[in-house]
Amino acid sequence: MAVDGSLERLRREGRIVVVGASLAGLRAAETLREEGFTGTLTMIGDEPYEPYDRPPLSKQVLLGRVPADHTALPRRRAIEAQWRLGVAATGLDLSAKRVALADGTSVEYDRLLIATGVRSRPWPNELEAGLDGVFVLRTRDDATRLRHRLKAGPSRVLVIGAGFTGSEIASVCRERDLPVTVAERGPTPLSGALGSVIGDVAAQLHHQHGVDLRCGVMVTGLEGDGAGRLRRAHFSDGGTVDAEVAVVALGATRNTEWLAGSGLAAGPRGIACDAGCRAFDVRGIVADDVFVAGDVARSPHPLFGYQFLSLEHWGNAVAQAAVAAHNMICRGEERRPHLWTPYFWSAQFGVNIKSVGVPNMADQIIVSQGSLGEHRFTAAYGYQGRVIAAVTFDQAKWLEFHQRQIEQAAPFPPPFTTVDRRAEGMRPVPAGFPDPSVPTHGPQVTVSGHSPTDQRVTFTPA
Amino acid sequence: MKVVVDLNRCQGYAQCAFLAPDVFAMHGEEALLYDGQPDDTWRLDVLRAEAACPVKAITVEGTGAMWATEGAGVSDGG
Repeated sequence: MAVDGSLERLRREGRIVVVGASLAGLRAAETLREEGFTGTLTMIGDEPYEPYDRPPLSKQVLLGRVPADHTALPRRRAIEAQWRLGVAATGLDLSAKRVALADGTSVEYDRLLIATGVRSRPWPNELEAGLDGVFVLRTRDDATRLRHRLKAGPSRVLVIGAGFTGSEIASVCRERDLPVTVAERGPTPLSGALGSVIGDVAAQLHHQHGVDLRCGVMVTGLEGDGAGRLRRAHFSDGGTVDAEVAVVALGATRNTEWLAGSGLAAGPRGIACDAGCRAFDVRGIVADDVFVAGDVARSPHPLFGYQFLSLEHWGNAVAQAAVAAHNMICRGEERRPHLWTPYFWSAQFGVNIKSVGVPNMADQIIVSQGSLGEHRFTAAYGYQGRVIAAVTFDQAKWLEFHQRQIEQAAPFPPPFTTVDRRAEGMRPVPAGFPDPSVPTHGPQVTVSGHSPTDQRVTFTPA
Repeated sequence: MKVVVDLNRCQGYAQCAFLAPDVFAMHGEEALLYDGQPDDTWRLDVLRAEAACPVKAITVEGTGAMWATEGAGVSDGG
């Protein structure tokens, strides 16, 4: 830990490197300058673009309302950074305090912020993933390519996975009057994030808008024609669907591979850090000079039993970046904890869906206002007798109230009466989350054969 | 000009859609769609929308002198 003299020197002429030039990286850089850091600031990003906003990509960009290059994030202030864009970080030497880059150069730091985020999980079969017409949606380039293909009017689009991104893509397709099939392994869309009670409402939205929704199935294979173009998809229930475009929306993978061997506690679930955003090393000891923020971070949250949460939320990236940046350049006793209450939104089929708290920790749910059938309601989620989360469909104004309820550990079910409470909201019901011991996505790989020399690896999607 | 809306904060008051309809549009009852890089023609409208938002969810990037220093040095992206 820096004594005052060296901290002053750091703030005046130190070198801070931010790996990851997206929302979290940009907001951290702004905070560093805001709080008086006047040293060298280097921003490293693997994409060639200045920081841009991703939520519009699956909405207004795919709809064709704005081009993908209209998503560059506004700067809240000048940050006077050295930008190294289009070059990925490939390694980290903790003892030499140096980040290695893909172009063979390296950058030394006094403090490092890692904000490398996540990337979309690709279709696991590489040959099939390479078919013309198979897409993922994460980056600006992904959105440009997919938008172009949707504009060409494919005969049918297949969306694999009905989480938020998959559902938003299906919604866009219907708005563009494209036939769309959605394949979801769970019992309903959004069931992993919001449970199947709310997932049933999401399924109604799909049906109402003419989506061919197939739940409880997996896509077992994508079939191409002689020219390598996607032609058909096969399902685990034996069904097939002919489609020219498939969008793989199976969630995301954290960008931590470049840290392998660095000694940081980085893995597929993110980089573990303390509530002050300082990264843990593999021994579980905080690394004083390395900080983490955004989608790639996993930090303990006191409100949720000190569970390590890794959140792919826009607001989390903003809030955590500000805390990390502040803590990077202040004295120990001035450090702040990242106590952001999880918040996210989605817009699909013309409905504004918002959530606060951690719904998938809950066991019960109660519809406290409105009605599921009207697709306009507020639902509170309960966990061991307290409110742990809330979700609104077109009732965003109530969410802030529920945030306070969550932060104050208010009892569940809520003892007070609310306006617009209906009969269906008089008592809690099981929220319908999937059994966490059963995998919800990703291929299963099994090994067969009798001797080590005879071992074969089999990919088993179902 | 660059614009971003914190849609966690947005509660669908639709003031922006009234004041700058060429940039902000409601999609359904509550959801908001907007152009993050609108033409400068709409600058005044966007600034009015930013000021009128009851939950202060709109951030607009200035184009004034404050930004002139950005781009000095090895700035291939900013």
